[in-house]
Amino acid sequence: MSAERIAARRITIAGERALCDHRGALVFPEIGLLAVSDLHLEKGSSFARRRSFLPPYDTAATLDRLAAVIAAHDPAIVVSLGDSFHDGGGAARMPAVYRERLLALMAGRDWYWIAGNHDPEAPADLPGRTAAELAIGSLLFRHEPQRGAAAGEIAGHLHPGARIVRRGRSVRRACFACDGQRLIMPAFGALTGTLNVLDRAYAGLFSRDSLTAYMLGADRVYPIAGSLLAPA
Amino acid sequence: MNRQSPPAEPAAGTGLPEPFAGWFAARGWRPRPHQIELLARVSAGASALLIAPTGAGKTLAGFLPSLVDLATRPKRRPGMPARGVHTLYISPLKALAVDIERNLARPVADMALPVAIETRTGDTPTHKRQRQKHAPPDILLTTPEQLALLIAAPDAGRFFADLKFVVLDELHSLVTSKRGHLLALGLARLRRLRPELRALGLSATVAEPDALRRWLVGQNPPGAMADIVTVAGGARPHITILETEDRVPWSGHSARYAVPAVYEAIRAHRTTLLFVNTRSQAELLFGALWRVNDDNLPIALHHGSLDVAQRRRVEKAMETNSLRAVVATSTLDLGIDWGDVDLVVHVGAPKGASRLAQRIGRSNHRMDEPSRAILVPANRFEVMECRAALEANYLGAQDTPPLVDGALDVLAQHVLGSACAAPFAADALYEEVRSAAPYAGLERATFDRVVDFVATGGYALKTYERYARIRRARDGRWRIAHPRVAQQYRLNVGTIVEAPMLNVRYVRAGRGVAGRGGPVLGKVEESFLEALAPGDTFLFAGKVLRLEGIRENEAFVSNAAGSDALVPAYAGGKFPLSTYLADQVRGMLADPARWTALPDQVAEWLAIQAQKSVVPARGDLLVETFPRGDRHYMVAYPFEGRLAHQTLGMLLTRRLERAGARPLGFVASDYAIAVWGLRDIGRMARTGALGLDRLFDEDMLGDDLEAWLADSWLLKRTFRACALISGLIEKRHPGQEKTGRQVTVSADLIYDVLRTHEPDHILLQATRADAATGLLDVRRLGEMLSRIRGRIVHKHLDRISPLAVPIMLEIGREPVPGDAGEALLGEAADSLIEEAMGREGAQ
Repeated sequence: MSAERIAARRITIAGERALCDHRGALVFPEIGLLAVSDLHLEKGSSFARRRSFLPPYDTAATLDRLAAVIAAHDPAIVVSLGDSFHDGGGAARMPAVYRERLLALMAGRDWYWIAGNHDPEAPADLPGRTAAELAIGSLLFRHEPQRGAAAGEIAGHLHPGARIVRRGRSVRRACFACDGQRLIMPAFGALTGTLNVLDRAYAGLFSRDSLTAYMLGADRVYPIAGSLLAPA
Repeated sequence: MNRQSPPAEPAAGTGLPEPFAGWFAARGWRPRPHQIELLARVSAGASALLIAPTGAGKTLAGFLPSLVDLATRPKRRPGMPARGVHTLYISPLKALAVDIERNLARPVADMALPVAIETRTGDTPTHKRQRQKHAPPDILLTTPEQLALLIAAPDAGRFFADLKFVVLDELHSLVTSKRGHLLALGLARLRRLRPELRALGLSATVAEPDALRRWLVGQNPPGAMADIVTVAGGARPHITILETEDRVPWSGHSARYAVPAVYEAIRAHRTTLLFVNTRSQAELLFGALWRVNDDNLPIALHHGSLDVAQRRRVEKAMETNSLRAVVATSTLDLGIDWGDVDLVVHVGAPKGASRLAQRIGRSNHRMDEPSRAILVPANRFEVMECRAALEANYLGAQDTPPLVDGALDVLAQHVLGSACAAPFAADALYEEVRSAAPYAGLERATFDRVVDFVATGGYALKTYERYARIRRARDGRWRIAHPRVAQQYRLNVGTIVEAPMLNVRYVRAGRGVAGRGGPVLGKVEESFLEALAPGDTFLFAGKVLRLEGIRENEAFVSNAAGSDALVPAYAGGKFPLSTYLADQVRGMLADPARWTALPDQVAEWLAIQAQKSVVPARGDLLVETFPRGDRHYMVAYPFEGRLAHQTLGMLLTRRLERAGARPLGFVASDYAIAVWGLRDIGRMARTGALGLDRLFDEDMLGDDLEAWLADSWLLKRTFRACALISGLIEKRHPGQEKTGRQVTVSADLIYDVLRTHEPDHILLQATRADAATGLLDVRRLGEMLSRIRGRIVHKHLDRISPLAVPIMLEIGREPVPGDAGEALLGEAADSLIEEAMGREGAQ
């Protein structure tokens, strides 16, 4: 297995087969569904409103990556798992050229905007369905993971990242956090940071012995057992 | 001040006005010629640079012109408006300002001069700062950051309306950094507010005094220089290299072999100051000394990461002469008085002749007595380096680094500060900025891009116009868009970007991160703690500590006395070997006649090298190739310092990769670089499959450098500093964020996005310029490659040469540099499978 260089890693969540794409998308091939979380589109312009001029290219970078995973997996259903825009005004602020690109990606697919804490309202003037949660089969898609939730919960919100220490060096990457029953997705947006999966914020969501961090590499996903992870 | 030499003659006819002449005479002192000369030149209206060794009465000399002027100033009558600041004193250290306040107070009180002296630093309480604004002292002692804040205030013009003198202390150390750039811009502003302003620079001996003379005055006309007064060096220092029967190690930096001899030296002197180059060396030496300290001598430790209270205790103890020795890093380099030190021991090579002179100046802090110093080389190359430094110090050689062009991120900060003070016209500000020597060559187009960056981020994509920080009004002048912008500026002023640090806090062993914990021991770089796992041990504050865990911005540690500390390679604070000293070492190596000055074992080592391989001529680059085990090695000896060698190593491995030599790794020291690989590099060179001239061609600084830089963490770290200084991202303030990580991550992300979408952005330009002289030392590498063109001497050997032993011993000690993250992840994932931990993952 270790030598096998596949870009996406196969896992099962609550019995459903899925693929973790190294770019941060989760794919259910049998359902034809692709999920991404925490796109945080228009984060740069959101900061600019407070006169902090982050590069205005984050939306373009995120859309490039989104186009790549959609092209690779050609899903019938796309779920954007909340915090799709960095703030409620993001969709309205998005430059027309990016809106066109997003619309082109959406065309011909069932597109779900799950409400997030940054964007509780439906994005302005964009097609797609809006929902607080979405249940498909045994899977339940929602933005914030809930303590004590049933198996099959797919959530985002926490921007999971993991860290390993080996030979005096430390490597930190965004990751899918999964215990076989539930999964938290990495943030997909270009300017999104990470929060270590061993942080207190994850308490009660997974036990460390059953946790695997699927760390995102340059061209593959590296599964690392919870017992091998280092705290933040 | 209280360290004037006893008089040889009466003080009559000194050329000093009363009450100064009387004050000197009453003490039986006599003013020194440079004090009189400086007074004469400055009183005649000139700015001046005073170059003098430690203990020459520099400070009094610097203040005499303003004290004399203040003494003769007409008394302020009731009803007259309050007078502004008369003299501004700027030093790089808060502690130095406090020290000067104390030292000036005495003569001022003795002569009953009507002069108020106050400090203003980051520690000054708000109410005092506010009071200083409407009732300023005559002499204000402050730092470059405080000056930036003062000139960015709307009342700056009024505050400085009476300013006549500015005294810049330790100028040699200020000018080489971004703080110096900020200060140069501040000085340019003061000159505009007060065209008659006179600047007095006080400096230790430097390689190029003219650069400092230009720095002190407006560059209109270009090349204008301040007057100069030079004090010849005092008594020649008495320096020796530690002689020991013990074997000098081949490599390493601990100098453990010398500890018994160093201890004996401490016993034989009153107070000894022990300098080392890095914090971890300080910790090691301190621990080793205490292990042999059978007499229980009071030996203390002082370095910048220790808790402030702890450092103050050590400093107090030094002042009262109650310590026998202090182990210190560069925190004690600058000119503060440290009691009666009668011996300086320098452990490890000094890396630069000027630095050595400065540190040795700490002993017998008075000019007319010789300083005593012992150099303790930690390995054989350092023996040569110490020898070279020693000869250089006797010759009075100087190797302070050359000044670099003013940084653009600092300029961005200053532009915003200018708008906070008052609306500015771009033309006028450009002229003012160019009058500061570091910015004399600044092009108008670059300046305009910086202004654009300050206004809206400077992006090609003009999407942020409506959120601008500064806007051009109808009269063409730039003003801040909102009062909040000025607030933002004040919180982010300054150019000192510290690596994210975590507090080190005591807890009881086994308690983990639960509970509140005990006292804080100091601060450690987050990046250092990153490489540790809970349970690992390390040396800090003179103790062996075990990491219990990290919570938020605190690292919890317990006592691990008795166990061996894992002493990690600490990269920060290592000075690279200076260009000048490197050349001296090459010269010594090339000339067997000079080996007699070296200890026998070192001379013998070089003699065997001459037999088994070759000893390179001064201008040549020796490249040795040999097999060892199942690897093939290439060792080169450029002597250009660790930073330049590391960059060279990255570039060489890329080229060897392309040439099919299958390199596996490299290691760099101050003196040499070793690359190893699977194919016989020596054979490839001899058969012409790989030309060494081609391999070391200067063109590696083109595309190869660009390609490597793109992903280098070094550049990301440099970018983060530029982003903070320029105001692209904000500094963290207590309570705002839990740790520095969020900033680190987002700076990296910003860098990635910017590099992909706007590689010519002004901040990336600033980052590359910084890296070229900073962490990558590209400039020096370039000079080396051009120096050795056509002068590569290749020696193919069937085994390792004596000269190669030190660098070969470094292999495996340092982790292989480079961006090996993916490889480590792969390993971790593999070990997961080995441990059969993969549940749903492995198919």
